[in-house]
Amino acid sequence: MSVLVFADSSEGKFKKTAFEVVSYGKKVSEQLGTDIVVLTINASDSSLLYTYGAEKVLSVSNDSLKTFNAKQYASTITEVATAEKATVVILDSSINGLYVAPIVSVNLEAGYASNTVDVPSNTNPFTIRRKAFSNKAFSNTVISSDIKVIGLAKNSYGVHENVVQGTTETFEPAIIDSAVLSEKVERVSGQVTIADADIVVSAGRGLKGPENWQMIEELATVLGAATACSKPVSDLGWRPHSEHVGQTGKPVASNLYIAIGISGAIQHLAGINASKVKVVVNSDPEAPFFKAADYGIVGDAFEVVPKLIEKLKAFKLS
Amino acid sequence: MKILVCISHVPDTTSKINFTENNTQFDTNGVQFVINPYDEFCLTRAMWFKEKQGASVTVVNVGGPETEPTLRKTLAIGADDAIRVNAIPTDGLQVAKEIAEVVKKGGYDIVLAGKESADYNGQMVPGMLATLTDFNFINACVGMEVDGTNVSATREIDGGNEILSSSLPIVVGGQKGIVEEKDLRIPNMRGIMMARKKPLVVVDAKSIEASTSIDSFEKPAPRGSVKLVDADNVDELINLLHNEAKVI
Repeated sequence: MSVLVFADSSEGKFKKTAFEVVSYGKKVSEQLGTDIVVLTINASDSSLLYTYGAEKVLSVSNDSLKTFNAKQYASTITEVATAEKATVVILDSSINGLYVAPIVSVNLEAGYASNTVDVPSNTNPFTIRRKAFSNKAFSNTVISSDIKVIGLAKNSYGVHENVVQGTTETFEPAIIDSAVLSEKVERVSGQVTIADADIVVSAGRGLKGPENWQMIEELATVLGAATACSKPVSDLGWRPHSEHVGQTGKPVASNLYIAIGISGAIQHLAGINASKVKVVVNSDPEAPFFKAADYGIVGDAFEVVPKLIEKLKAFKLS
Repeated sequence: MKILVCISHVPDTTSKINFTENNTQFDTNGVQFVINPYDEFCLTRAMWFKEKQGASVTVVNVGGPETEPTLRKTLAIGADDAIRVNAIPTDGLQVAKEIAEVVKKGGYDIVLAGKESADYNGQMVPGMLATLTDFNFINACVGMEVDGTNVSATREIDGGNEILSSSLPIVVGGQKGIVEEKDLRIPNMRGIMMARKKPLVVVDAKSIEASTSIDSFEKPAPRGSVKLVDADNVDELINLLHNEAKVI
């Protein structure tokens, strides 16, 4: 019996969520009193995972899996889960993790709990806490199948060091055919992505026009943050759709979310309220965002943001 | 081309979320139910295929009789017919298995489903359905074209997009981008009148046992009120973020 964790990587490098799911998997394996096995696919240095409790790593190195393919990745995870007699399979909630997990669940005839935010509160019946209703509630879900698939919500458990003497073995999966082929990847390089960012700086209609985004980008640069925007801003074409965060846009679960000139419509808050700390800057003290935020400044963005940039630069130097 | 669009019947985003029966049931009292916004994008794309390339559009929901007004609304928007699988939806796998039965019987070429529903946000059904039916599968789809049996689609990835090619039959988990918000349709009077005459078939469920169940719900602890910092004193904000919140 084992707990299997899939630690995802991109171009050989582990994603930040990989360390979080390994930390989480280690804890779950201790609760169940079973081994932990971590699967990596084309990752360059699996030993990095030993720091977070990965006692046994199965490393797949295969050119056929160089480009992510959900069906093939799911097949590999399934094969390893079966070989290792996994009773729990843990994945992250990245776009790829969410693509693969339902397929693994059907392959293994396993109940699947996505959006999981904590370790099991009980292992028999196996009960875990999940986000529901766009972060407005939690559900305590019982998984009753023999094998359980867990999708861990990003930034919910955190990365915990737990250094172990790990071993890495290679694994040769059987590669299945897939009729979904990757033709081209279009990625803006050199920018922090919203999915990966610890800090997100987001701005709304209060900025009055796309020409005023330079200070938002500068603030993001100072903080090493990703930039985002509200829905009206992307609808107006001031910023690309890829920056739209909120219910129908990208979800945000960063450590810090700074909202500038965003009123805080319920649809916007639904998409960002998994962030740990929220800061709002708005000239309207009645803006609903002040009810959802931890820290707030009532003031004109055009005065506050430049000051914030200047002071943050000084803070970073000190 | 035969298209099936999966429809979830979900509380409107602005609904107050409360629970009853000792926090085991969602309180539907005073809640307005709507077509799941992610499904609405998919339905609108299906209408585009119907009008531009010739397709029949069937909608399906797994639920009780209370979901029928939502199905009627999709008929008023332009779907040709509706199927309601008469079951209480308990988890993603059960719903996917029920819809898989409908897919196998109906001979569909394309199944469109929102990548998630706005209530439980599970993001499960499209991928499970594709695997159960052995259809090709593209998730988080933000653009899709069909030419004969060839499919070209764009999916969202972290920090960009990926262009994919595939073929029918296919399941697509859609989101905003598969059509834009401005393309969404409000039913007109003629559509509403016609919807009354369109078939809405109720089929029996397969009585599939769910593999997960919700024991209880909880609401997040009430949050403390916002700490306001004077606009002239941004140093204080930096201090709080560094020393108190420890996020910078």
